[in-house]
Amino acid sequence: MTPVASDAPRPPRTLAGAIWETHVVAALDGETDLLAVDRLLLHERTGGVALRSLDDAGRTVAAPAQVFATMDHIVDTFPGRSDDTLMPTGKAFLTAMREGALKHGITLFDLHDPRQGIVHVISPEQGIVLPGLTLACPDSHTCTQGAFGAIAWGIGSTEAEHALATMTLRVERPHDMRITIDGRLGTGVTAKDLALHIIRRLGSGGAKRHIVEFAGAAVRALDMEARMTLCNMATELAAFGAIIAPDETTFAYLAGRPYAPEGEMWDTAVAHWRTLATEDAAPFAVEHRFDAAEVAPMITWGTSPQHGMPLDATVPAFESLDGTTGRADYDRAIAYMDVTPGDRLEGLPVNAAFIGSCTNSRVSDLRRAAAILKGRKVAPGVRAICVPGSTQVKRDAEAEGLDVIFRDAGFEWREAGCSMCFYAGGESFGAQQRVVSSTNRNFESRQGPGTRTHIASPETVAAPAIAGAIADPRRLEPLP
Amino acid sequence: MTPLVRVDAIAAPLMRDNIDTDAIIPSREMKSVSKTGLSGGLFAGWRYRGSSGREPDPAFVLNDPRFAEAEILVTGANFGCGSSREHAVWALAEYGFRVVIASSFSPIFQGNCVRNGVAPVVLPDDVCDILAGLATEGARIAVDLETMTVSAAGQRWSFALEDEPRLMLMEGLDAIELTRKGQARITAFRAADAQARPWVYLEN
Repeated sequence: MTPVASDAPRPPRTLAGAIWETHVVAALDGETDLLAVDRLLLHERTGGVALRSLDDAGRTVAAPAQVFATMDHIVDTFPGRSDDTLMPTGKAFLTAMREGALKHGITLFDLHDPRQGIVHVISPEQGIVLPGLTLACPDSHTCTQGAFGAIAWGIGSTEAEHALATMTLRVERPHDMRITIDGRLGTGVTAKDLALHIIRRLGSGGAKRHIVEFAGAAVRALDMEARMTLCNMATELAAFGAIIAPDETTFAYLAGRPYAPEGEMWDTAVAHWRTLATEDAAPFAVEHRFDAAEVAPMITWGTSPQHGMPLDATVPAFESLDGTTGRADYDRAIAYMDVTPGDRLEGLPVNAAFIGSCTNSRVSDLRRAAAILKGRKVAPGVRAICVPGSTQVKRDAEAEGLDVIFRDAGFEWREAGCSMCFYAGGESFGAQQRVVSSTNRNFESRQGPGTRTHIASPETVAAPAIAGAIADPRRLEPLP
Repeated sequence: MTPLVRVDAIAAPLMRDNIDTDAIIPSREMKSVSKTGLSGGLFAGWRYRGSSGREPDPAFVLNDPRFAEAEILVTGANFGCGSSREHAVWALAEYGFRVVIASSFSPIFQGNCVRNGVAPVVLPDDVCDILAGLATEGARIAVDLETMTVSAAGQRWSFALEDEPRLMLMEGLDAIELTRKGQARITAFRAADAQARPWVYLEN
């Protein structure tokens, strides 16, 4: 580090910039730094292959106590599941992950472990992610965990090997972007709607090479689970990561979690965490401002997360998209989704409803969906599935009786995992099936070859399950 | 990793924006705990008829015999978005692609390219369109990392690439070996940091 004269004022820093600086082991060529990694998370889809490749190269894991692994991507979510998976050859991934974790002394939240679940759900639950940390995982939705005031980002498998071997990564320094959301979200408007609103405005490449700090009164008012939902979707803006300054909400969530510091160490840590905030006049490369009052419940009409629209609007004409989508892509999306420009989506019959994923599978998400489902029945012919994000979420939900509400309505109540957020070769929704889903990606064939996915908040998924067609949860027929 | 300095080859045009890694290699094609055996699944959803078979769809560019020897892929904006699966690059590389030219890339995908000897070359939209046109006509495209230029049909365009990815590609370097040369510095950093932020350093 370059010594700075004691009387030289330090330029003001952003939250992300300050955390980054304290993790620079060495400045490399150009824009690249060798960055210390505080936590590395693995899952069975890529963890096993990374560890095997490490073995083949004769390398070892530098700091196994700072590495955690889970089974989430491939593992089945049916009750009574085992190592056998619907995905052909899936068992090999589970076995390789388990063998690798055992051999290298990595903590694995295995199939029947009460701490098992989707990596971005369990890491916060267990207090693995903490403010001020750097955290990497070979999964693009790792940005979720920036909600805790950490720099958390998705990497590839080869980079995971690098982090395993050295507890560092060679990373190009991202630029700072701040998205300030003023005001307060309206009743029935969620963090998912806010995320879809922002992505629609900025486009799916709108935050490329930036770390996005979400700020403003509307963000401060969100609970931790909603903050995770918002940060989760930042990868759909192509952001390097997302971050929210830690505050009392953050500390209250983390206190007492298994891997969070305890006692005096907790006090010391919190004192440090309180200093983690963007300083006045710190420079951002890009700033955006939104008014929370303008955000409505959203749903996607097309095949990119940027293809969002207010639930009560009509499918946009090409001309109204302001150039974020090209003509050929627009036509392709309209045809694939079998929707009509100028028509409402409300009333369009659906085949399935899916509640789950690292975006919206936490207990508050399930509670909001259950509030709509309570006393109602899933429409005939609609397949409705709820997959809690973690075994802990499932247990918490069951303790509140949410499982009974879901089951009574006609939902399948599953074991924790990523499940049908993506099609891994096992379960799928089927071609031309229309699914409303609380997940994060509506790409072509994401949930099964030819499957048509509309992404929305859990409540906006619950309503069509009941109505049998896309419906506004605020306007469901009242209970008798 | 094979060093990559210059590629002079046939290019396959695939001009769509936002081609995601699910499209490049569907999750169902990632069948083994391995970095190999993936080229057959490359663009499987578009390359084959139906959802699971292997009957080539003649309408897809890679099934056009003119592009059978392609080592360069020319494509649209935000290529490689979505899932961070490195299998997307492993499949492209195993298939024989050494360069992807696009108007922009997803950052994770771009990093994965560099670590697997595939050069991600960014050129403006209009240039990508010109190159796609030339590729369609069967022109060879030359990509030179030394001079950071792309040339085809007597035209030439410059592109930018950071020093580190450029060096890694040109010398076929292994990033882990490179980093391990500074191991003493990492060890010292961790020791000092453990004093400053002891809660970060968990013990088994």
